[in-house]
Amino acid sequence: MTIDYLALAPEIVIVVTLLGVLSLDLFLPRRKKFWVATLAVAGTALAAVPLIFLAVEGSTRSMFDGSFVVDSFALALKGLLLVGAYIVLLMSVSYIESDRYWQGEYYLMILSSLLGSMVMASGRDLIVLFIGLELTTGPLYLLAGWRKGDIRSNEASLKYFILGVLSTAMMLFGMSLLFGLTGVVGFDELAAVVGDHAAEPAMVLAVLFLFAGFGFKVSAVPFHFWAPDTYEGAPTPVTAYLSVNSKIAGFIAMLVVLYLALPDLADIWAPAVWALSALSMTVANLSALRQRNIVRLLAYSSIAQAGFMLVPFAAAAVADADLAEGFSATIIYIAIYALMNLGAFAVVIAGARATGSGEVDDWAGLGRYNPRLGVLAAVFFLSLAGIPPLAGWFAKFVMFRSVILTGGAGPIALAIIAAVNTVIAFYYYARVVKAVWLDPVPEGAEIPEQRAPAGSLSLALGLTTALTVIIGMFPAIATVFADASQVLTAAGG
Amino acid sequence: MEWFDTWGLPLIVFLPLVGALVLGLIPKEKEDAVKATALLFSLVTFGLSLVAIGLFDFDLDTYNTYQFEVNTRWIPAIDSNFHLGVDGISLPLLVLSCFVTVLAVIYSWDHWEEPRNPRAFLMLMMILLTGMNGTFVALDLVLFFIFFEVVLVPMYFLIGIWGDKAPRKIPGFSRVVETRLYAAIKFFLFTLFGSAFMLLGFLALYFRSGEFGDRTFDIVELTNLGASGAFTGTFAFLVFFGLFLGFAVKVPMWPLHTWLPDAHTAAPTVGSVLLAAILLKLGTYGFVRISLPILPNEAVRWAPVIAILSAIGIIYGSLACLAQTDMKRLIAFSSVGHMGFVMLGISTLTDVGINASIIGMVAHGLITGLLFFIAGSMAHRYHTREMARLGGQMKLMPIMGGILGFTAMASLGLPGLAGFWGEFMSLVSSYNPLDGLSLTVFRSAMVAGAIGTVLTAGYMLYMLQQVNFGEPSDEWVGRNFHDVDRFEMTAWVPLIIFTVVVGFYPNLIFGVTNDVVGSLVEMAFQGGAVTAGLGG
Repeated sequence: MTIDYLALAPEIVIVVTLLGVLSLDLFLPRRKKFWVATLAVAGTALAAVPLIFLAVEGSTRSMFDGSFVVDSFALALKGLLLVGAYIVLLMSVSYIESDRYWQGEYYLMILSSLLGSMVMASGRDLIVLFIGLELTTGPLYLLAGWRKGDIRSNEASLKYFILGVLSTAMMLFGMSLLFGLTGVVGFDELAAVVGDHAAEPAMVLAVLFLFAGFGFKVSAVPFHFWAPDTYEGAPTPVTAYLSVNSKIAGFIAMLVVLYLALPDLADIWAPAVWALSALSMTVANLSALRQRNIVRLLAYSSIAQAGFMLVPFAAAAVADADLAEGFSATIIYIAIYALMNLGAFAVVIAGARATGSGEVDDWAGLGRYNPRLGVLAAVFFLSLAGIPPLAGWFAKFVMFRSVILTGGAGPIALAIIAAVNTVIAFYYYARVVKAVWLDPVPEGAEIPEQRAPAGSLSLALGLTTALTVIIGMFPAIATVFADASQVLTAAGG
Repeated sequence: MEWFDTWGLPLIVFLPLVGALVLGLIPKEKEDAVKATALLFSLVTFGLSLVAIGLFDFDLDTYNTYQFEVNTRWIPAIDSNFHLGVDGISLPLLVLSCFVTVLAVIYSWDHWEEPRNPRAFLMLMMILLTGMNGTFVALDLVLFFIFFEVVLVPMYFLIGIWGDKAPRKIPGFSRVVETRLYAAIKFFLFTLFGSAFMLLGFLALYFRSGEFGDRTFDIVELTNLGASGAFTGTFAFLVFFGLFLGFAVKVPMWPLHTWLPDAHTAAPTVGSVLLAAILLKLGTYGFVRISLPILPNEAVRWAPVIAILSAIGIIYGSLACLAQTDMKRLIAFSSVGHMGFVMLGISTLTDVGINASIIGMVAHGLITGLLFFIAGSMAHRYHTREMARLGGQMKLMPIMGGILGFTAMASLGLPGLAGFWGEFMSLVSSYNPLDGLSLTVFRSAMVAGAIGTVLTAGYMLYMLQQVNFGEPSDEWVGRNFHDVDRFEMTAWVPLIIFTVVVGFYPNLIFGVTNDVVGSLVEMAFQGGAVTAGLGG
């Protein structure tokens, strides 16, 4: 067996960076720890070089008997994960520095998690997928409890750990049933034979266990109860990572398994995906209306957005239509969501420092004393609400387009639920904008001295803003994700 | 001037946006520089729109041919193009929006509502201008949708930040909030609700067009398909309903109008002016540009419904005006009635009616814009809008009172002023709607409209009597009011002049619209497609 080192190059760069971070951390005195951060950021950026090279070259490379595949879909996804991790690292630098402990280990954990998610993106059998996914979440159990002195952070970590392990167990149980019934683990092989076992009760059980496991991972309703507490307690950059990178990883894993390995079992999982989507949107949006803490609000928002993401895929599945169209619409939604949600979290970090609080009401009048940050808050929260010309509109547009294309009762019902939810969601996103711009500065409030955010955080804000605005005006850029996912169509058929 | 063929419209649309960015670079403290820059950008944009009139070839103007067309790829994945163009229907509205914005900038020169911040205010106004101009020239449904929505954001902030700060109880809730907050979110949610259905309608048209060739969002191509009878049946019925919701909220038509009195009353003066003068026209323009030509069969099917709703709107708006005590709210409600006439004209589906609706839109833009300017200036001086407390303005501020009197006359449709033609011709056209439409419905609507004109005269005169005539109450005696200042004068005189000019010489507008409206009606309603549809 030959190993294609070029195809593995992005992962190799991350591994080398990871080892570099580990050893550098051993020798550096505490006040020079920023070099660790610099190395981590630089390594992540560097990993993009072989990635771009591979993307330009454009061939599909397959290894280990087809369990590890580098095609344009995997590359697009890895690109997204890299950008996400890069922006999270930028957000972390000043945040973690001000906490003053475990800086070196922090970057080690983030990089490990990134590595896991990149492996997952290439995984084309259950085992690689599982390993990738576990490597993604494992470090996050620790990161969620990073603020050791804070009891909420401990709670966050513990809740996340217990439910995470439970979901892993369920997922693994589902996978083992699947393997027991069919004797294969590769997606292509599974796709070929699962249809023969569709009637067996054990198969239904396998699919449902697998599904519930993924449901926990992506915190979809009704498996979402851990998310708001964990999001609120974890350090904010870690929350950003949880709600973007780790969520994308779980999501892609679920979709890839359903789409590539189990398309013939759509009768079993399609209604479940439909319900998951409808429930996630509705329950999370209604809960978000009552939130006062901005991170909790974003936690519910990200659950609801997960519901929106699933709409095209669920619609195509219940209507028994071509899954490819729905799948690519979902992928576009995920990509755009990642960018704007990262921006929103960067604003939360900067805003928490500017206002000294994470409560929406305390952000009142932020636009008056810090207009620049106020504009950014408006940009990201309106983009999440889907208001043109910010990137979010295109995600919503593609979602509706795909559903209308599918047609039929189930999809149209889902489209109507989504349309109503869009209006509900606008209301709570607008609440943040209202606090920042329309409400006066509360009387007697102590406004911290306004300083420009740290250089790295400014860079993160700048990048996400530029991407959100540019993609909003020239959405053609985002459609590369749709094109990239066409590769899978050919393979999955 | 060949450059204008390709660059004219993109400049008219995006120059204000550039202006907003430039304003962002000027330090907030340099207010004079900020104002001058905003004025410069709005003047240049207005100048370009005048160049468009100058270069526009009126002889070539038949429906579905556009001039200064720009058509480039934009989002290939969904077959959406960056397609702009202008014809005799959109040209007057485009010029109107640039014109009113210039006057709004001049007016706001030293009229700032709390919390001031001219830079932010003018930036939002510039973004608003981009959205309005873009909607009038967009020839691609996706592009149209984007511009239609872009308008919401700046207006939300204009109302929400600079709006009325009086507390107000929300109906159905026990909470009391400031009017501006309530009005801003209500405005946004109503329009968002409507435009969600509009978008679904656009998407449905897009996919259905795929059955006759390539899928397209292009308005020109969809219009051709519509004229050839491509969209029929339940499908078209539902699509028309979706578009109807989107546009009717914006117009606004009864019973979707409830956001309007709140938004117009709560908005700062310039915000109310732009809302009334331009934003409402986005809805009526959508009917003329999209609903009628693309879905002519459905337009015929829905016309009686629209006519009835318009008639109710006219009567309801006028009666509501009679019940108002707040002057600004009265003017706001008068828009419901006036836009009812515009929609009544459109619903007749005749060239007289549609011509009437366009001149009605322009006249309403000029006159109601002016009324809101005056109401704002008066509130600025009296610090109240309660008509019961006002009175004797002719003695306190004769010039202001005179202009108010003139505008009220124009608004009630006095012959010889701009407001007359829209109402008059809309009534004439509803006597004789398109062949096949129910004469009972339309003639009843005409009678209702005629009663509406009487009621309009009633509430306008009632307002004048309360505000202008009589003796000033004790509250104001001895107070030294500053009559109309030079900025107000500069902003208002052009509106007054145009109200008179259009009133005496309506051909200024009809000359532009007549040919193209005639060919629109011919293409959409007098070909084979519609008569076939009427039978089934």
